[in-house]
Amino acid sequence: MYDRKQLKKKAEKARDKKAAIGPDIDLDEFDDAPVPHSYLADEDMCALPESDQKRLIMAGMDVTQKDRGGTYFQKDTEVIHCHSQQEGIEVIPIKKALEKHNWVEEYYWKLVAVDADKYTAAAELGLHDGYVIRALPGSRSIYPVQACLYLDKDGLQQNVHNLIIAEEGSELHIITGCSSSLHMKRGIHVGISEFFIKKDAKLSFTMIHNWAEDMVVRPRSVARVEEGGLFLNNYICMKPVRSLQMYPTSHLVGKDAIARFYSIIVGSPGSEYDIGGRIFLKKPGNRAEIIARMISNGAKIINRGHLIGEVPDIKAHLECRGLLLNGGLIHAIPELEGHVDGVEMSHEAAVGKIAQEEINYLMSRGLSQDEATSTIVRGFLSVDIPGLPPQLKAEIDKAIEESDKDVM
Amino acid sequence: MLIIEDLRVELSNRIILQHIDLEIKPGETHMLFGPNGSGKTSLLMTIMGYPQYKVLSGKIMFKDEDITHMPINERSQLGIGMSYQRPPTIHGLKTRQMVNLCAKGEVDEEELASRVNFKDFLERDVNAGFSGGEIKRSELLQLMAQNPDLMLFDEPESGVDMENISLVGRTIAELLQRNGFYTEGKSKLQAKHEREKMGLIITHTGHILDYVTADKGQVLFDGMLSSVENPREILKCIGESGYEECVRCMTGSN
Repeated sequence: MYDRKQLKKKAEKARDKKAAIGPDIDLDEFDDAPVPHSYLADEDMCALPESDQKRLIMAGMDVTQKDRGGTYFQKDTEVIHCHSQQEGIEVIPIKKALEKHNWVEEYYWKLVAVDADKYTAAAELGLHDGYVIRALPGSRSIYPVQACLYLDKDGLQQNVHNLIIAEEGSELHIITGCSSSLHMKRGIHVGISEFFIKKDAKLSFTMIHNWAEDMVVRPRSVARVEEGGLFLNNYICMKPVRSLQMYPTSHLVGKDAIARFYSIIVGSPGSEYDIGGRIFLKKPGNRAEIIARMISNGAKIINRGHLIGEVPDIKAHLECRGLLLNGGLIHAIPELEGHVDGVEMSHEAAVGKIAQEEINYLMSRGLSQDEATSTIVRGFLSVDIPGLPPQLKAEIDKAIEESDKDVM
Repeated sequence: MLIIEDLRVELSNRIILQHIDLEIKPGETHMLFGPNGSGKTSLLMTIMGYPQYKVLSGKIMFKDEDITHMPINERSQLGIGMSYQRPPTIHGLKTRQMVNLCAKGEVDEEELASRVNFKDFLERDVNAGFSGGEIKRSELLQLMAQNPDLMLFDEPESGVDMENISLVGRTIAELLQRNGFYTEGKSKLQAKHEREKMGLIITHTGHILDYVTADKGQVLFDGMLSSVENPREILKCIGESGYEECVRCMTGSN
């Protein structure tokens, strides 16, 4: 078993360390004591109350597991379902992996620093569980693996650590939903994710957040993409949240490695989002793209984007568009850093309102003002994400369709 | 029938149209000529109902209804449609979806698109990166799905290449029920009687007249409209002596 004494020691020192950005949260307000839940067999999953199932579906989790390559389901602090139904794809709870598989040491806390801030420290000191999803060399996932981190107990602090490993030449698609039950009001989710995309591997990771109004969310994630690898990172959040702060980072360390981040945020009144993406381009032929679409209905949204070109022959683009529909604030902070001659980097940011000209154009085709507006908003949110399997595209479209009802 | 009476229109605190009288009977198509900046597009936008074109006096009647202050979408529902010269791009809305919206129900987009050689563009966002000629075909495709009774065309032939000009011309003729197919097996008079679609077409070059016959020509000059029977004659007159002279000669004034 992996001896984590050193890690714990480092974490202990960072127990009260404030994060570099985002409002500081007093973790003492939350309870991280384990909440027992019993394991669910396949048939039990389908017997979950309909209201729960509906919440889960909105976070991309299908209890019937149809068209899914595997499932990881954690409720509060317990793993309640975990299995893979696809050859070459492993889905293992991280606590079990830490106990049984020595290879986990090569990945655990290797990209995210355990002492980065109080949240990373808490995830080590009070680890509940999390998933290890690994695609063996050359394996191709036909259906996406689904992972769901569900909060049910009011006032809970959920500490999760995930490892996602796409071995050489593999292709892996993951849809992960984080959600809370209807009656749950307050809580904090701390989620560490480390992504390893090896030579010529392809990983698409689509995260759908579906929280409650008084939830605090602090994901911490870092990816490492080797030669010829592709990392597609999609993030969708259309539901209220008290405070969400994350700044996922990718390191492109092999030549021709590619990373693309797409995020879609619909911000509700009283919610505060501080999100962004940072990509380091370290080898020739690297490509990076960060694309964000944000709508504020009275939320405070800070969108950061940071591209760092360290060598010639790299291309990177940042695009950040915001619509203020109903008050609130959108603050776009795009950053480009070119360190040598021969980098090609660009950014495009726009914050504004729906163009009246577009509304009129659609009205002249017979749509009412409201229909025209919602058509434009839906179009604004539907970004084309190249390389996404059709099932995931359908999930994203469904989430947008759902949010449409709330936006209007 | 479209009837415009003594219309005065303001845009950004400037009078851009005045004393406009126009009558388009069912089945009629009119050509609209005039120098750049004379207000041709403004007239079309006013008929379509764009709120920035403020009607100060006069009225617009369509199908016996006073539409002078009617919202754009209600005019559209009443049967007015427009083919724009520079329509906005709608990001994230596929041309295929747009065609469906225009048709308000089931429609064979593929078949319609193939008629204007536009099948390859159905999955593209509406007007995103379209060339001048592609915009024209996209606009026609939308009008085909919409099938309005009065069609306003803003320079449908500008920017269209030689190969597509006849396609565009023939499509407009078809929309306005002025193609050979429609008149087949009928006498010219009979076809004319049965024709219901109305058109108002802005043109500079008159190339469109090679494909679409017109009942009347209108010249807009200095915000005023003058009309004559034969559009080809106007074209010839404008070519020889310019707009101003042409209008003076038509109205018989000095």
